Amino acid sequence: MPLALLKRALLGSRVKDRQFIWPGDLKKSYDVVIIGGGGHGLAAAYYLAKNHGITDVAVLERGYVGGGNTARNTAIIRSNYLTPEGVRFYDESVRLFQDLSFELDINLMYSQRGHCTLAHTDAAIRTMRWRAEVNKHLGVNSELVLRDDLAKQVPLLDMSEDVRLPILGALFHPPGSIARHDAVAWGYGGLASHRGVEIHQRTEVTGIEVEDGKVTAVQTNRGRVACGRVLQAVAGNSSEVARMAGIRLPITSIPLQACVSQPLKPFLDPIIVSGSLHVYVSQTPRGELVMGGSTDPYPLYQTRSTLEFKEELMMHLLELFPFLSEVKLLRQWAGTADMTPDFSPVMGETPIRNYYIDAGWGTWGFKATPVSGKRMAETVATGKVPDLIEGFRLSRFTEFDLVGEKGAASVGH
Amino acid sequence: MKMMTCPLNGPRNISEFAYGGEVIPEPASDTVDDAGWASFVFLSDNSAGVVREWWCHVPTSYWFIAERHRRSNEILRTYPASEVFGAGAQAKDQPA
Repeated sequence: MPLALLKRALLGSRVKDRQFIWPGDLKKSYDVVIIGGGGHGLAAAYYLAKNHGITDVAVLERGYVGGGNTARNTAIIRSNYLTPEGVRFYDESVRLFQDLSFELDINLMYSQRGHCTLAHTDAAIRTMRWRAEVNKHLGVNSELVLRDDLAKQVPLLDMSEDVRLPILGALFHPPGSIARHDAVAWGYGGLASHRGVEIHQRTEVTGIEVEDGKVTAVQTNRGRVACGRVLQAVAGNSSEVARMAGIRLPITSIPLQACVSQPLKPFLDPIIVSGSLHVYVSQTPRGELVMGGSTDPYPLYQTRSTLEFKEELMMHLLELFPFLSEVKLLRQWAGTADMTPDFSPVMGETPIRNYYIDAGWGTWGFKATPVSGKRMAETVATGKVPDLIEGFRLSRFTEFDLVGEKGAASVGH
Repeated sequence: MKMMTCPLNGPRNISEFAYGGEVIPEPASDTVDDAGWASFVFLSDNSAGVVREWWCHVPTSYWFIAERHRRSNEILRTYPASEVFGAGAQAKDQPA
């Protein structure tokens, strides 16, 4: 990256190849229509063009590029899940993320920190050992670390034994990382637009036309668009969009709130998570603490913030880092998490032919952006669902073949 | 804090209540097929409009029904379950 910067400085060229190419009017028809211009939709568009040579693609975005849950997550990337399906899937995503700044030629500020999931009880220690063994078996780097080692690794973590939930150890996952989430959407979208994909903002899908069980067109606020295939990638609004195609989903939409503190001197290298305390926290390169907790107590399609959330989160955070009690909050926001009954995504085919879905991204969507884009592009292009995502098919619910992912964030263990 | 009106206890902080899912008809267990059962257990309308929901006032363990708008978060109405299921209803009874 620095070399590219130097080259540009000397040659005087501009970064215009990274800018989006904005299309004019909608065409009457496209081969592929992608509903949703967030990270997942734009990644799928990029891989459709790059890996499969399909460029007659329109991405339809109701708001602006990357303005939904792509901009509302806490930017954590990891693969230390519990089910083999989950570990394999997220491991491919972590590997893609590691080279992504180079591939997209945009600085994602990918920062490998290590990810510590704290254990406060003997039962949690057993679960962490289980997760570590599943991870290692599948080639993912995770270790159970006990009190003394953890105290060395995170010196400012309160390791007192006279607190409500003393820390006994942690699942340590060295590949755990954070990245600049907006840049992921911009990188994928910019390059996709240069390969011929049309990205239409402020274009809302208002209806989906199905004939003989096959999708034929979508209606938008800018007119009707005929299409060969559709990919729905609208985290936070999945049930409402799928309803237009007559599909019912195993999803409940619940707000997930998060917040950021004022910038502090760097003191926290790894990402710290505690399922028992419902808190996760990391420190950005700017020094701000990014913090989140559990999902709201009831479903809602809204991104309002509540005092209850902040009170509960801070109460728990101060159990881990008591010295933060005087720190100010800078911003607070929420995203809409599409929660599934088994804490796994819904990817692949639907009962409507040529209508593919990428949904159910609850609290685990950002980290899956590259792999879901790549594998959904493969699904749309070939009409065949790759083995890697077969386990996440929508029909698993009617087949009673769920993927119980207890390694997901915001899940009480 | 947001308030909710319990039909038994009057207006209380919403933190005293627990959400208990959408009010949906339960299929007859002796005739339902797998798809119908899966639909009842796993699938959801998850509407962004007004939804009829089960709520419980936790301190008094009192279950009732609320009609709430899932986009504005406005609670339109709360009422005893007997209004939907009839007086003396059993767990297996269907909503009207």
